[in-house]
Amino acid sequence: MSDSRNFVLGVFDDEDVLLSAVRKVRGAGVKIDEVYSPFPVHGLDEELGYKRSRLPIAAFMFGILGTSLALTMQFWMLGVDWPMIIGGKDFTPLPDFIPVTFELTVLLAAFGMVGTFFVSTDLKPWKDPKMLDLRITDDKHVMAIDLGQNKSVDAQTINSVLKDSGAIEVNDKEVED
Amino acid sequence: MAKERFEFTTGLKKKLYLVAIIGFVLLLVGAIFPGGGHEAEAGDHEGTEQHDAGTSDDHGTNASDNHSGADNDGHGGMISDESGEDHGAGEADHGGGWLKRLGVNLWINNVYFVGLGIIGIFFFTLQYASQAGWSAFLLRVPLAMGSWLPYAFVLMIVTFIIFGHDIFHWTHSDLYNQFLANGELNPHYDALIAGKSSYFFLPLEGGSFPLFFVLRMVVFFAVWFFLFKKIKSLALAEDELGGDSYWFKMRKFSAIFLVFFAVSSSVSAWDWIMSIDVHWFSTMFGWYVFASWWVTGLAFITLVTVLLKEAGYLSQVTSNHLHDLGKFIFAFSIFWTYVWFSQFLLIYYANIPEESVYFVERLLSDKYAPFFFINLILNFIFPLLTFMTRDAKRLNVFLKIVCIVILGGHWIDFYLMVTPGTLGENGAFGFTEIGLFMIFGVAFLFVTLTALSKSALVAKNHPMLEEAKHHHI
Repeated sequence: MSDSRNFVLGVFDDEDVLLSAVRKVRGAGVKIDEVYSPFPVHGLDEELGYKRSRLPIAAFMFGILGTSLALTMQFWMLGVDWPMIIGGKDFTPLPDFIPVTFELTVLLAAFGMVGTFFVSTDLKPWKDPKMLDLRITDDKHVMAIDLGQNKSVDAQTINSVLKDSGAIEVNDKEVED
Repeated sequence: MAKERFEFTTGLKKKLYLVAIIGFVLLLVGAIFPGGGHEAEAGDHEGTEQHDAGTSDDHGTNASDNHSGADNDGHGGMISDESGEDHGAGEADHGGGWLKRLGVNLWINNVYFVGLGIIGIFFFTLQYASQAGWSAFLLRVPLAMGSWLPYAFVLMIVTFIIFGHDIFHWTHSDLYNQFLANGELNPHYDALIAGKSSYFFLPLEGGSFPLFFVLRMVVFFAVWFFLFKKIKSLALAEDELGGDSYWFKMRKFSAIFLVFFAVSSSVSAWDWIMSIDVHWFSTMFGWYVFASWWVTGLAFITLVTVLLKEAGYLSQVTSNHLHDLGKFIFAFSIFWTYVWFSQFLLIYYANIPEESVYFVERLLSDKYAPFFFINLILNFIFPLLTFMTRDAKRLNVFLKIVCIVILGGHWIDFYLMVTPGTLGENGAFGFTEIGLFMIFGVAFLFVTLTALSKSALVAKNHPMLEEAKHHHI
């Protein structure tokens, strides 16, 4: 079946062993699909060779959007659409606009960042999570290796590399896509 | 292998001497030619003052006629009976005018560098009170900054005694009695200042010796210095003997210092800066000055740490530690802006004359309006944009540029707090200001680096060295 994926799962119970295992497995030329762990493991991103997240850039863009939206809104409302004298100031006093601008900047940056995160990680309420091993929600780390991505390496080698690097179990799992 | 102890080489000393000499030459040049364009404008001052007097009449509180008269004094450079000077007169008074400007500049630099000194101790104690581990390698730099305090105290007291009348309008003795000795109305009587007299003169009569004011200064310096000495001796004893008992003791004294600092930093901001504009007050002022001091101190700590690292010291300090310092600077630059703007917005929006006169003096003046915006650009927009990315906070080049800009930028912040209320429209920015800042900077660096060279650059037995080593962000 072309729309099912075959995984080899290395189960680890210690994050330091996991970190060195990631290094060894990648060193052996095996591509790791994902590592699941119940808590953030420091340094795992670097070991997996992940690029730095571009989420801050999205946050900055949404922040700028909020700034310009807030300023445009206030200038248009109080300067063009319905000019009003408030507190004897000009129609468009910039200092008065700063608090609203600040709040909208923060609001849009925060909402935009959360939204971007959900979209980019494909998180949604109706998502059907593919739980490769239930114990990743408790006390085990699981390194998932997709056989489809590792055609050049045979499954036997992957098994032995995982065992050698300290996995307490090595399981096979087929997942419907 | 990195050098364990900072060596204050003669080469570096010579460079510092050279900077001090250049500063001194600039100061002399400033004395002979006081400020670019200053003399050319001297003739106009009369007119400007007249205009200002008119403004403050309009803005005057309904307290009394005398109030606007006193305000006029503030604008015109405090024409006092004691000195009998008249600044509007022009050329002939430039000698005295420059001396006054020197006194005001001495005060700006005193306040600025006292801030650096106490922020050094504040940073150090903050790390202990919050049980922070990441900073264990670089704590000797802020600790050394505290050594400036005794020098700062002497300079401050001497400046206050010599230039007190030039800087603080409230020190004039003729403001406090409603009637003269012969029973006539005192034309200099100022009801608002007289109402505040106990804050300066308690338990003495208003207009005599400002005992309460001086006492506060003495007590603050004494307690700061005592706690600094205590913490420093504990830190050095820890180097020799080890064990974590010293860490717990330092934590206790750190907590005491922080509580005392919370009160004393605010009160000293009122005393040393806010009382210059003695009719005016702002409830944000203590925070505002603290924020300014704190960012300046962080920039200084970071700059010295980066420079030491580049000179081959502090090899354990990695870009992760510098990143944290960078985040501190970034965050507190924004915090400073937040406090600054909160003070500005409320005063601007409410537009109560006795409050908004503070910003009228700064924002509606040709002299200070440019500095007003330079202040915002250097201390908010520049650090905000340069330090926003992660990489900028980890690279020595960016750290150095931003730290130097902030050190200069916050000097301008203090310049804007002090000068308009003392020199008024006679104030200027020229060789005098730059020269004196250089001399003070060299003196401060000299004291700090000497203190730094007296002990190991990194605490030997700090219990959190291991944590700091693995600090990773």
